[in-house]
Amino acid sequence: MSDASRSRTDPLGQGQGITRRQVGAVALLIVGAVFLWMVFAQWPDWLDAILISKKAFLSAILNGLTLAGLYFLVASGFTLVFGLMRNVNLAHGSLYLLGAYVGYEIADRTGYWLLGVVGGFLVLAVVGLVMQILVFRRLEGDDLRQTLVTIGISVVAADLMLAVWGGTTYQYLTPDWLSGAVRLPIVTAVRSNGSEVFLAYPFYRLVVLGAAIVIGVALWLLINRTRIGSMIRAGVDDRAMLSASGVNVHMIFAVVFALGAGLAGLAGVIGGSVLSVSPGEDVRYLLASLVVVIVGGMGSIVGAAIGALIIGLAEQIGLVYFPTYGVVLTFVIMVVTLAIRPQGIMGRSL
Amino acid sequence: MSELSVPRAARAPGWFDRIGIGHLLLGALLLVYPAMANDFFLTQIGGYSLVLGMIALSLMLLAGYGGMVSLAQITVAGAAGYVVAIFGENNSGIYGFGWPWWVYGPLAILIASLMSALIGWVAVRTEGIYTIMITLAVATACFYFAQQNYALFNGFPGYNGLRAPEVFGVYWRDPVPFYYLCLFCAVLAYAAVLYGARSTFGMTLQAIRDNPRRMRSIGFDVTAHKVFAWWLAGLIAGAAGILLVWFNGRISPGTIAVGPSINILVIAIIGGMRHPIGPFLGAVIVTLMQTFAIDIIGAERFNTLIGMVFLIIVFISPDGILGLWERVKPKAGGEDWRASFRTSVK
Repeated sequence: MSDASRSRTDPLGQGQGITRRQVGAVALLIVGAVFLWMVFAQWPDWLDAILISKKAFLSAILNGLTLAGLYFLVASGFTLVFGLMRNVNLAHGSLYLLGAYVGYEIADRTGYWLLGVVGGFLVLAVVGLVMQILVFRRLEGDDLRQTLVTIGISVVAADLMLAVWGGTTYQYLTPDWLSGAVRLPIVTAVRSNGSEVFLAYPFYRLVVLGAAIVIGVALWLLINRTRIGSMIRAGVDDRAMLSASGVNVHMIFAVVFALGAGLAGLAGVIGGSVLSVSPGEDVRYLLASLVVVIVGGMGSIVGAAIGALIIGLAEQIGLVYFPTYGVVLTFVIMVVTLAIRPQGIMGRSL
Repeated sequence: MSELSVPRAARAPGWFDRIGIGHLLLGALLLVYPAMANDFFLTQIGGYSLVLGMIALSLMLLAGYGGMVSLAQITVAGAAGYVVAIFGENNSGIYGFGWPWWVYGPLAILIASLMSALIGWVAVRTEGIYTIMITLAVATACFYFAQQNYALFNGFPGYNGLRAPEVFGVYWRDPVPFYYLCLFCAVLAYAAVLYGARSTFGMTLQAIRDNPRRMRSIGFDVTAHKVFAWWLAGLIAGAAGILLVWFNGRISPGTIAVGPSINILVIAIIGGMRHPIGPFLGAVIVTLMQTFAIDIIGAERFNTLIGMVFLIIVFISPDGILGLWERVKPKAGGEDWRASFRTSVK
């Protein structure tokens, strides 16, 4: 997606010594410097008193980043589908959960976790393809009915998944090379005998974060650097014109929907391995995608990444520092975004 | 309306014509219903349908006349329920200030309506399909908040032992009084919506639904009208919320979860959103299905059945049962409440 702010001239920045952007950049630099200091420096006592401990703070940040990676995987499919088809897929959470169950079954039967990841993606991509062809193509141009249909599908899907997999919680067995903790080169405390305590963090969660970044970059390249990506972007801007210039729009739709659903399934397997798989997760991840996309802006991959980062960090920091009001923080972020920029941070004007 | 174009004979119709034969028949049927029904049908079907119908009516008001499909109506009703639990009496041992019903009742409706207006104020910053997303996000966030927070909402268990008051020597949760109480509230809300739709405000709201940009350029405050509609919807949902907790005797996060909030939308869609009677029709159908589907497919797979019915309705008749009826018996002047979606979302 193109950077919306790049083309916009800043009315306050004209003819003044310091532009708004420069002020923003300086503020960002200061925040970054403070953050780097907080990561690498030995914390003074007053900071420990405010933020509990360096270990708690850094764990919250790392957990927030991991969660943001997961949220990005779920929300990127959602936002991609919306951006192109104006289809608010409220069954997206169900796709996530189905992916998690399918991946679990495959990994459990074959014994290969990676097969589960690939299978979760492929099976859900096919499911998405079938949904697009059987359901959404028939209701094209009627946004409300499409949305209502996705609500109906999510109700039926949740019930059927409950029938098949029951109400129990499933736990993936991740392979050995993924389990265990790594010692990060970050000192959290110094013992009285002078030895340094390093921050340990589960390796798998770092892999999740890395996978999210790789997939995010791949998506960005796909959208911005390939032929099909340019078709998708053209479709976002003007569907009718794209169709008129000889592109099979339905094919593009099907590809994007399959990709979006597949990403949800992939996120299901990866997320299910970090946490666990149980009924009700569909609603959790649907909420996450909704908020991420509302904050980040509908239809923008970069927006989804920014939104996921904000929401993931807010959720984990909220969990550590004000446990029972964590959801409120997420909610406040959403409301503030809507109040200041109704279309979301990277969204186009409505 | 325009006095010039209406012939003199057609003006000031009698009360009989104004109410209409259908309403009179329906009213008579509903009034004598307790004589025919046993306690189960009176409360579990009759009273419950009326309560659900009222909540769905508040959705119909927003969606039908305002073009704003909300998934947060059960949240508003739940807010009223929590106010009842906190300021009235409960036996969960937390709060329960024991205030009389004529204090906590209006307070509950007031708080619920203010909350509705607040949700509306957030939601109306965007248009069309975004409203569904934002209200769903609000409803889900409220559910998780109520579940996490023990200080105010008593977390997962919620509040138990909520009792309807005894007024004039009548315990209002007894089957017959409860039914008539629900009927009274439902008729009041129904008549208010029907009247309100023809009032200046109602007409303005419908015009905003059809073309917000034009109304804004004429000089109407579009946001204020929409938020006021949310506030009115909050009054109805709040009143229904009080009845709901009296009916259930308890309130917990499960009452305001995503399932129930979708259920309200299902009711409104199945019934139809063209006319205020639709939500009540939908509520009766869904309640009957909920009660008797157990015999057909078992209690576990009820959601599959209701979801399928919902999908079929959305596919074949977007205006619900009322739409089916109107297709059989076409009438002029049907309002296309979905048109606003086509114009507002490109």
